Amino acid sequence: MGELRELYQEVILDHSKRPRNFGEPAGANRSAEGYNPLCGDRETVFVRLEDDVLEDVGFRGAGCAISTASASMMTDAVKGRTRAEAEALFERFHRLITGQDGEKERSASELGKLAVFSGVREFPVRIKCATLPWHTLKAALAGVDRTVSTELTEGPKAESGGG
Amino acid sequence: MSTVLPARDRSEGRHLPLDVEALRRDFPILARKVHGRQLVYLDNAATTQKPESVIEAVADMYRRSYGNIHRGVHQLSVEATDAYEQAREKVRAFVNAASTREIVFVRGTTEGINLVAQTFGRQRVHEGDEVVITALEHHSNIVPWQLLCDEKKANLKILPIDRTGEVRVEELERLLTPRTRLVSVAHVSNALGTLVPVRRIVEIAHARGVPVAIDGAQAVPRIAVDVREIGCDFYTFSSHKMYGPTGVGVLYGREELLDAMPPYQGGGDMISSVTFEKTTWNVLPYKFEAGTPDIAGAIGLGAAVDYLTRIGIENVTAHEEGLLEYATRSLSALPGLTVIGTAREKIGVLSFTLAGIHPHDVGTVLDQEGIAIRTGHHCAQPVMEFFGIPATARASLALYNTREEIDALTEGLRKVQRMFR
Repeated sequence: MGELRELYQEVILDHSKRPRNFGEPAGANRSAEGYNPLCGDRETVFVRLEDDVLEDVGFRGAGCAISTASASMMTDAVKGRTRAEAEALFERFHRLITGQDGEKERSASELGKLAVFSGVREFPVRIKCATLPWHTLKAALAGVDRTVSTELTEGPKAESGGG
Repeated sequence: MSTVLPARDRSEGRHLPLDVEALRRDFPILARKVHGRQLVYLDNAATTQKPESVIEAVADMYRRSYGNIHRGVHQLSVEATDAYEQAREKVRAFVNAASTREIVFVRGTTEGINLVAQTFGRQRVHEGDEVVITALEHHSNIVPWQLLCDEKKANLKILPIDRTGEVRVEELERLLTPRTRLVSVAHVSNALGTLVPVRRIVEIAHARGVPVAIDGAQAVPRIAVDVREIGCDFYTFSSHKMYGPTGVGVLYGREELLDAMPPYQGGGDMISSVTFEKTTWNVLPYKFEAGTPDIAGAIGLGAAVDYLTRIGIENVTAHEEGLLEYATRSLSALPGLTVIGTAREKIGVLSFTLAGIHPHDVGTVLDQEGIAIRTGHHCAQPVMEFFGIPATARASLALYNTREEIDALTEGLRKVQRMFR
């Protein structure tokens, strides 16, 4: 039960029930759709990018608690940052939830509120849920004009058959 | 074998309850713990656990009688061939096919359906022709037909389902045309549990001269299947969903159809003679079994058939019916729980959603309680789309499940609801 509480922390539950930045922000000029076949979830991330700064960020779609909270907190975290800063934040976030971060980074406050996702590392099949909005943001910033699937970005298929 | 057999009383048409506690001891894995909790395995529509007799049959084959089949004059080859062919006879008897020539060993249901699509299908389906499936099919009974129809510029037509998840069989008559070459349907829906009236479908299709293929993956472990009584032309199922090993399955086909079909794959064992000018095919069923098959798997499947036969498949049906009713009643009492798939005739599968909670979160929390269920689209995305949901949580039953396990599931779901309140 301890690990579960680590995964579903109050902050995460709160963001999953009341997602921030939900919807398409005015003047959005970048967007991409993300798909996680494991959950059947689809999420669209919108960005108003001006002079390489993410002036406004929003998302739409329905997903599990982890992917919804991750999208909500991601949009909060990257708003106002440059593209390079946002991508660097994803790198650190990814290391955090896959357990690849060092002790020093773990205690560092760079990730801010996003550190609540550290519990995901104990649930490897849920990593895709947490990274879905980030991969989608990355695709939106790169101007990728197709649906990004977590199956293409996070290793072998978790759900393919078995009826 | 430690199995305590339930008394069978055919004359009265009654089935005495399974001694599930005794049966559970036949399945070593059921004793294990998951995350420190007693395993409650309710993902049987994905795959079933294996009894000791099946595990032993496979191991014993490798320990004592292993050689390649249909080849050597030496003793091991002879013993392996005998065991492999005995397994085929067990399967034949289990589904009441007329002859072992009609029982082709394949890798599983998926390969069985692909075999029919790529041989029978490619031979008979031409531009403008039609193949009919239903709206509740598993992807494995959709995609092979899409591939065929794309190649042949043929049309795939869908027999609809209603809001309860029942196939609207009355629409079939209207859907069939002189261009319809095949109807392919699931016997039991893996996502909804619907028991499809396949006999009625065969009657309607045959009256119009259209052959019928049936995906029996979820039916064979749960109900008595008699391919001649159903009257179907093809019937496929998988060993691993009926307590047998992975890697092997069965395609039943009526002999005259199999005879007229070209081979599926070329190689050893499927020929009677090869020259560079002309190769002649082996007799049935070997024409469709190119290469060294899953010998030990087939023998393990034979052991699974023995196991089900000893218990009595009709007793398994009765047990699962009672358990599904109990589970439906228990889970329906939870606020916010919606059962997806409420067909009048259902078996083995209980799909549901919890208001405001994603199935994937349900699955993660239950897993921590040692409870294994499936969450997702169950390889039936069109079904999810029909019900307007991305996914469901699904509990699916086997002969070894108990009411106590359903109670554990219900309690686990209460915990989920408290957590996400």
